[in-house]
Amino acid sequence: MTTDIADSSPTDRLAERPGAAVQLVGLHRSFGKVRALDGLSLDVAAGEFVALLGPSGCGKTTALRALAGLDELDSGRILVGGQDITRLSSNRRGMGMVFQAYSLFPTMTARDNVAYGLRLRGVGTRTRRRRAEELLELVGLASHAVHYPHQLSGGQQQRVALARALAVQPEVLLLDEPLSALDAKVRAQLRDEIRRIQLDVGITTLFVTHDQEEALAVADRVGVLHAGRLEQIARPGDLYDRPRTAFVAEFVGLSNPLRGRARSGELGLLGTRLPLLPGSAFEGPVRAFVRPESVTVDPVPDQDQGHGAPIGRVLSVSFLGSLCRVRIQLPDQDPVLAQIPKAEAARLSPGSPVRVTIRPVPVFAEPA
Amino acid sequence: MAAVNTSVPDGRTRPPRPSARSRRARPSPVSALRWAVLIVIGGYLLLPLLAMAEFSTRGTATGRSLDAWREIGSNADLLGAITMSLELSALTVVATLILLVPTMTWVHLRVPRMRRLVEFACLLPLTIPAIVLVVGIGPIYLWVNYLLGDSPLTLTFVYVILVLPYAHRAIDGGLGSADIVTLAEAARSLGASWPRVLVNIVLPNIRGAVISASIISVALVLGEFTVASLLNFDTLQVVINLLGKRDAAVSVAVSAAALLFAFVLLYALAQVASRRPGTVAADATEEGPTP
Repeated sequence: MTTDIADSSPTDRLAERPGAAVQLVGLHRSFGKVRALDGLSLDVAAGEFVALLGPSGCGKTTALRALAGLDELDSGRILVGGQDITRLSSNRRGMGMVFQAYSLFPTMTARDNVAYGLRLRGVGTRTRRRRAEELLELVGLASHAVHYPHQLSGGQQQRVALARALAVQPEVLLLDEPLSALDAKVRAQLRDEIRRIQLDVGITTLFVTHDQEEALAVADRVGVLHAGRLEQIARPGDLYDRPRTAFVAEFVGLSNPLRGRARSGELGLLGTRLPLLPGSAFEGPVRAFVRPESVTVDPVPDQDQGHGAPIGRVLSVSFLGSLCRVRIQLPDQDPVLAQIPKAEAARLSPGSPVRVTIRPVPVFAEPA
Repeated sequence: MAAVNTSVPDGRTRPPRPSARSRRARPSPVSALRWAVLIVIGGYLLLPLLAMAEFSTRGTATGRSLDAWREIGSNADLLGAITMSLELSALTVVATLILLVPTMTWVHLRVPRMRRLVEFACLLPLTIPAIVLVVGIGPIYLWVNYLLGDSPLTLTFVYVILVLPYAHRAIDGGLGSADIVTLAEAARSLGASWPRVLVNIVLPNIRGAVISASIISVALVLGEFTVASLLNFDTLQVVINLLGKRDAAVSVAVSAAALLFAFVLLYALAQVASRRPGTVAADATEEGPTP
């Protein structure tokens, strides 16, 4: 085993042991009266990168910790590679985990931290030292091998933690909000690095985060959790464009909840007929969730008021770079957000009258 | 040196800054107060020691003599008591750490709701006077002596109880200051068993607290008199007391020597505790494969 290890690159070696499929079946976990997991079920294919997204307290970290064996379940089953590991202790599950808090062992160097899992497995000093250095190179920290955690920045510490988790060649990599303590720039860099390494080694990865941008940017699929249940799991584009529940429509990205009336699977809203997504309420008064980029805004000369689409008043214009976000007050509706190109927004100012229309893209609607 | 007024851009003048020499010449009130406190406390602590040194070196005729200090090395009872007290210290430290560190780590990691109960149990000896403690454990010691013999080393049991409050405080502080829970979880996820977590992860991270607990335990055992005397064991303090009735100079010399020894020991332990990882060569941390 050690000969093979010595003769190939860490990426090759990790890729030789591709990730395993993970199944969570009906997980229940309560803390007192709080139901952290309420029948959570989830299938993750081997080698897939799944992000679990949700607000604080939705159960995403509890699910990850249960998978790692760090929290016990009230009921439910966890299968990895088809084997039931529900009752297996955490040190026998063979998973790599990166924690939200900096979790490097303070009394060990970066190299010793990475090598610790190998040391527990009885790998010889020379081999584990070489492998630790290879993994540090993989995460771009070869020159920091003899640094102690207090001599590393937060981003560097999380890189070392990632190398440490990968060193034991786990079948599943668990990432528990590993980027949340980092500043925005480092977070984006490390996020891309995690994705690169995951694609290189093909390890099954579960990534818990409350940051939508992070989840949508790196994951093959994103699962949205709410109150201990999986609301929807889909590819990032599908999740954004085709939400299946009101919670997902509201939680993922920005949306305007607008009141309207559905009829035969269509919704008439601000003069446009919008097709309704599966799972929506197809008849009667509804609340539809419309993305800001689906809202178009045209300035209205005073003499044109009273003709065509409803007239609203601009409340504010926020600069976002190439785009601007415009907040508009419509009659009989809550304020509406529109996201429009900077050049178009230049013609608008607070108080100016605008005509608001909606592009005919499918939307999700719930009964009002 | 003449002071010169300096102009500031808005035309106002500001008072001259004192030169380095004048700053040295006139210490600030804070500095003077600091020195005064240091001298008073130093005098308060050192005077008895100087008095002990003076008394223990009084010769029978005029001049000074080190006879009392030489007696320390030649008095068999005293040497035996010193050895016994050191052994007791070592045993007490080991027993306390074996009892407390795994227990407190387990409570900290797995049953945090029990922390208050453990704390209460550990602090209890503070509230019980030594005489009451001895009366309570007297009958138990009859059995201890019957089963284990009447060696003063059996005092270890009662000394462990006596040092519990102090050792608990020190270790609890250590466990609280490091994120032991996350570190233990990280180690577990890498495949470490609970004993490995304790030895490889927890202990190195609470080393300072463990050494503090050891220092307190050693100091308490070396200075303990009441329990040993009431249970009729000859420890260092008991023998010093007996010597004092026979030869005051030797008794004071031994006391001074014990104080010096304790100071050196505690200073050495404190130096070990203050070492921080990162100040030693990284390769020094390399260890052989773990089975």
